[in-house]
Amino acid sequence: MMIERGATPEVSPIRKRFLRGARALTTPLVPDDYIALINPMWSTKELLGRIERIQPETDEASTVVIRPAFVWPGHEPGQYLRIGVAIDGRRHWRAYSLTSDPDHPDGLISITVKHVPEGRMSPHFTRRIQPGATVFLGGVEGTFGLPDPLPEKLLFISAGSGITPIMSMLRELERRGALADVVHVHSERRADGVIFSDLLNGMAERHPGYVRHEHFTESRERLGPAAIAELCGDWRERHALASGPSELLDAITEHWEAEGDADLLDIERFQPRIGGGADGSGGTVRFRVTDVEAKCEAGVPILAGGEEAGAKLQHGCRMGICHTCVGKLAEGRVRDLRTGEVHGEQGEMIRICINAPEGHVEVEL
Amino acid sequence: MSTKEIENPLHRLSDEQLEQLAKEFDAIHDEVYDDLGAEDAKYIRSVIEFHRRLVVLSRIVLMASRYKPAWVLGTAGLSVAKILENMEIGHNVMHGQWDWMNDPDINSQTWDWDTASPASAWRHSHNYVHHTYTNIRGKDKDLGYEIMRIDPNQKWHPVYLAQPVYNVILMLFFEWGVALHDLDFDAIRSGEKPLRQVKGELREIATKGVRQALKDYVLFPALSGKEWKKTFYANFTANIVRNIWSNAIIFCGHFPDQTYTFTQKETENETRGGWYVRQLTGAANIEGGPLFHLMSGNLGYQVEHHLYPDMPSSRYGQIAPKVRAICERYGLPYNTGPFLKQWGMVQRTILRLALPGGKPRQKPGPWKEPEKPADSAPPSNGKVDRSTAEGALAPFP
Repeated sequence: MMIERGATPEVSPIRKRFLRGARALTTPLVPDDYIALINPMWSTKELLGRIERIQPETDEASTVVIRPAFVWPGHEPGQYLRIGVAIDGRRHWRAYSLTSDPDHPDGLISITVKHVPEGRMSPHFTRRIQPGATVFLGGVEGTFGLPDPLPEKLLFISAGSGITPIMSMLRELERRGALADVVHVHSERRADGVIFSDLLNGMAERHPGYVRHEHFTESRERLGPAAIAELCGDWRERHALASGPSELLDAITEHWEAEGDADLLDIERFQPRIGGGADGSGGTVRFRVTDVEAKCEAGVPILAGGEEAGAKLQHGCRMGICHTCVGKLAEGRVRDLRTGEVHGEQGEMIRICINAPEGHVEVEL
Repeated sequence: MSTKEIENPLHRLSDEQLEQLAKEFDAIHDEVYDDLGAEDAKYIRSVIEFHRRLVVLSRIVLMASRYKPAWVLGTAGLSVAKILENMEIGHNVMHGQWDWMNDPDINSQTWDWDTASPASAWRHSHNYVHHTYTNIRGKDKDLGYEIMRIDPNQKWHPVYLAQPVYNVILMLFFEWGVALHDLDFDAIRSGEKPLRQVKGELREIATKGVRQALKDYVLFPALSGKEWKKTFYANFTANIVRNIWSNAIIFCGHFPDQTYTFTQKETENETRGGWYVRQLTGAANIEGGPLFHLMSGNLGYQVEHHLYPDMPSSRYGQIAPKVRAICERYGLPYNTGPFLKQWGMVQRTILRLALPGGKPRQKPGPWKEPEKPADSAPPSNGKVDRSTAEGALAPFP
């Protein structure tokens, strides 16, 4: 079992060598444990960040600007970040889309958080956290991003806070001088709820090639393929990137498959696409430590099957990112439900939240 | 043999009473866990930070160990640091008391401590074997640590004649004793533990031992230059001080006269309530002030620790009155006493049981909360004050 921790900062080989050598004096602790007494930000044990400022975007959403303790290793625009924060003495982790582009001149990064009143993390970021507070920066993940090479014509479709990964891409495009032919359709309930409204208007003023369309569901029906086609007549010729609620994405996917070119569409669901590959046929799991037997139907991850059978299993994100749920595979092979790939060797550490048994497996959990 | 058996309070409780008692003890645990928060996290972090600052300071002072006051100050500082690190921090973190914080460093699975015993082996022998089979004769390998006769029910053997001598040696080199104890010689002898595993564990002890010795006996002395010997002795002394202190506190946990031991038969099909009673009667507290409790890793609350091994140690003092109230209502003992009295009893037992024979000592009987001083309590009307017992039930006979 592993507890989720921040990313390992990239440091110079000299520093690494020094830290390894000095361990002889600090064992069983590490030199960073003592260095952190002077300044916690100097520790290379895990990547920390300091809240630089909180920028309200709308009544409900705020952008949290973070200064990483070490040079930001970069990310692809559209990716999300696992971020950890201590609330009431307990550390919690969530994934948020990065809204900054990778080459921010001051080395800052940002996430934009929409307030969910009954949530634990989002009210903390939108209402409570103050500049100067420490956060933990975990892994950067996600495959939703700008195509490479960049197509001449782009279409962005976003709804609500689905705009966050697209904001990072737009910033990147502007920095690269590539906002030449970009259509952006954004749906929101009301005009005052549009996140980044001023920034996007500014972009549109500076770059005539960036065309914005706003669709307000307060006075119109929900955004769908028909409305998109109406606003963007040449949608078939454009590489489209869509991010928003599932119903919208499902409708778009269906429409693109039927009427357009599905290869020209990328979507972000903010959920692991479990079942993105083949589901296999499931199997049985024996948890050797907790002494529980479980059965997993096709497409059911080991974690879910184990919980169903009453096993208490450590887990975090349930989407294959945080590695909290890893366990040693003692026997059998598993199927990665995101890709459909069957893999697994004896002794391999597997994430039970995204892997399903392929026949009978045994895990050291 | 019957003269050696002593009536255990466990057998005076009915199944229903045990079930009710389990609920009451569970409730104390849940109440604390529901309440854990930022203040608790701040507490353990500040102890850890204090320990690290004290280590740095002491090590720096010891670089000048050729001057007597620096030697004394540095050695004292390092002794205190090692004691804090082993007891209030290491022992308790490795019990999982702070796992709820979800901090990857202050966590039972990742922590390692400044002592010879490797973390994983200790977690097995202590957290699992000792805390599960507490005071069950033949199963709890901490009962005499497989080398001492600490209970008159243990069969005498001539080797125990040397017990008073090796007791002192164990006291001085306790950390190494603990490291070797984790190997579990009984299990090796009986073949229960495969030789391959033993070899692996021995290698782990050796690796850790070399690292520990290199730090305390080579590298830091070298930093003191020509007077390296002074620093060598300072570090040696700090380790011995820590060993004597931790040995004393730990021996006072289960070996004073008040505690009960159990046969394997008595604990067959044990209920949750029965488990609580065994933990309660098998352990003994040490009375002391806040500083004493800090320096003993709150093991002066050994009873509370055994009832709730995964509860943050800083909460034991707070729940102690509730535990005592349950003891009083169920007619159970609550073993406690001042440090020197408890320690004296343990040493007397070790001396006495080196020889054949011996009988269980008199037990204190059901706990009775001492009367409060007259100025703070209303005039006594003959009833026992139960104000500390939340949701008080009708008292059991």
